[in-house]
Amino acid sequence: MAETDIQAATTAQAAICSRGVTRDFKAGQQTITVLHGIDVDIRAGELTYVVGESGSGKTTLISIMCGILWPTAGEVKVFGTDIYDLSDTELVEFRLNNIGFIFQQYNLIPSIDAANNAAVPLIAQGMDRLEAREKAVAMLEKLNIGNQAGKLPSQLSGGQQQRVAIARALVHEPRLVVCDEPTAALDAASGRKVMDLLREVAVAEDRACIIVTHDNRVFDLADRILVLEDGRITHDGSEMPEGH
Amino acid sequence: MIWIAIRMLTGDAQKFYGLVFGIAFSTLLITQQLTIFVNLIERGASGTYNVSSADVWVMDPVSRTADVNFPMPSTALDKVRGVTGVEWAVPHLRAGASVRTSEGDLEGVSVIGVDDATLIGLPKRMAQGSINVLSQPDSVIIDDVGLTRMFEDGRSPIGERLELNDQRAVIRGVADAIPSFTSQVTLYTKYSQALRYVPGTRNRLSFVLVGAEHGVSPEELTRRIEEQTGLRARTRDEFAQDGVDFIIQNTGIPLNFGITVLLGFIVGVAIVGLTFSLFIRDNIKQFGALKAIGVTNGKIRKMVAAQAGLVGLIGYGLGVLGTVFFIWGFSGNPTFKGFYIPWQIPLISMAAVFVILALTGWLALRNVLKTEPASVFR
Ligand SMILES: Nc1ncnc2c1ncn2[C@@H]1O[C@H](COP(=O)(O)OP(=O)(O)OP(=O)(O)O)[C@@H](O)[C@H]1O
Ligand SMILES: [Mg+2]
Repeated sequence: MAETDIQAATTAQAAICSRGVTRDFKAGQQTITVLHGIDVDIRAGELTYVVGESGSGKTTLISIMCGILWPTAGEVKVFGTDIYDLSDTELVEFRLNNIGFIFQQYNLIPSIDAANNAAVPLIAQGMDRLEAREKAVAMLEKLNIGNQAGKLPSQLSGGQQQRVAIARALVHEPRLVVCDEPTAALDAASGRKVMDLLREVAVAEDRACIIVTHDNRVFDLADRILVLEDGRITHDGSEMPEGH
Repeated sequence: MIWIAIRMLTGDAQKFYGLVFGIAFSTLLITQQLTIFVNLIERGASGTYNVSSADVWVMDPVSRTADVNFPMPSTALDKVRGVTGVEWAVPHLRAGASVRTSEGDLEGVSVIGVDDATLIGLPKRMAQGSINVLSQPDSVIIDDVGLTRMFEDGRSPIGERLELNDQRAVIRGVADAIPSFTSQVTLYTKYSQALRYVPGTRNRLSFVLVGAEHGVSPEELTRRIEEQTGLRARTRDEFAQDGVDFIIQNTGIPLNFGITVLLGFIVGVAIVGLTFSLFIRDNIKQFGALKAIGVTNGKIRKMVAAQAGLVGLIGYGLGVLGTVFFIWGFSGNPTFKGFYIPWQIPLISMAAVFVILALTGWLALRNVLKTEPASVFR
């Protein structure tokens, strides 16, 4: 990465600021290093993709960036807060107020309806349940599944469940949204719709969205693509490098 | 979040009912067995409770309970009457005998001889007839539970002739009595009559029943009687306790019931522990997601505690209700006559339920607390 790029990155509003992030895993006697000192800034106002081969460390990287996996070394600042400097409880609260998650398996709670699932972060923040539900329904409407609000996850299609998961990630208006493989289970058209949707609701001047994906059908929708190979960033640009 | 926790649990009907069943089963077993246990050993005191008017029981120093007694010479009665503070003292005979029914069956009975003049020593209430029937010749009164044993076909026993120690006896009344521990047939009769029904030895006086003068405590009176007569004297409450202690010390009942209660507890831990762990494991991804989103371990603990609390409340309620129905359903059965649930027992089973849920909840919770939030991305 050129020196000037880093300069540019730090002067713009940095949503995530990762410095020297390294992560080791113990596998039996051996220690494998999955991330080798990642230095990167994720800018607000951009839809950033992390791509790379299976096992290259994508999930590990975004887990560290959003405060659910501790780095072996290095530091991560999210909107200026050094998140691994926080106490455990402070970190949990920081996530609750600043980060939205979209998991590949949506991990919806099967026995409560779509609206209540989407309302979970607000309820966890302590908002009154009915008020939270109202906001969640509004978010579901924005995602065009307002009419499904009263259904249980098992009564929804895969794509609808994912929208519920997206609504849950966005309902409390977090500044950072993190997704791991959001389109893996969807057909091409739905995949693009989801990406458009995320750009529309999760990207703003002071907000960022970071997405791990394998899905070359949606590469053209990114503002910025980071390619990870064996735990190192080997490409950083607005398009995929030649040969991929 | 509590609301979500409850919905998570009740939404999984199978496990929810499994948990409730486990707790209800444990509660029922513990409460019901303890209830039967307490009521059974209290029967050890039935002989004392049936004679509620006696403040003090006086006996030979080696006598232990109403049924395990050694007769005294009849002079004991006068000695007791001579103690100051004794308002009245009457003879009381309790002994075993064999009775031949008109069908020719032989049955072991206990014969209780009550004071001829005052009839002190009879149970308070009669089920059939009046206590005055004892003034007729050869009269005996049978106890109501014994009646069902001796006359299994349910026909009226009034007028039935029996043969006791070659003497004639006619049943003329039925007493409403607390059955003895063995539910043995009991025949009440006048003291003078009882002397003829029970095979003779020189001494036949089993007890002297004493009423205390107004203002003299039974404890004080027993002290005086023992001091002045050299006999053993016990207040009614002490003597009732002696009867209970005797059962506890001389039967396998505490051990047997103890084992059943322990089994109820263990089965509860097993069912609830297994189901709880399965429930948590099925929902581990959801819990992981909640943790990633920003639910603290403290809140997760509260969620699991709420789930345990709900299961405990419903299961415990059902278990206690089951015991109540059990006791109520069998209240017509003479074996269970007078059974009640002492208030301490539901508290004990509540404590057991609490321990079961705290233990199993804690075990299940450990998995949730250990789950690293990053696992939801894998
Ligand atoms: N908890 C863990 N314990 C041990 N090794 C792990 C753990 N998590 C990840 N790894 C290892 O780290 C490497 C990178 O894993 P990671 O999940 O970040 O890859 P990925 O790029 O997301 O792959 P994929 O595209 O298949 O999801 C892999 O070799 C994996 O085996
Ligand atoms: Mg991955």
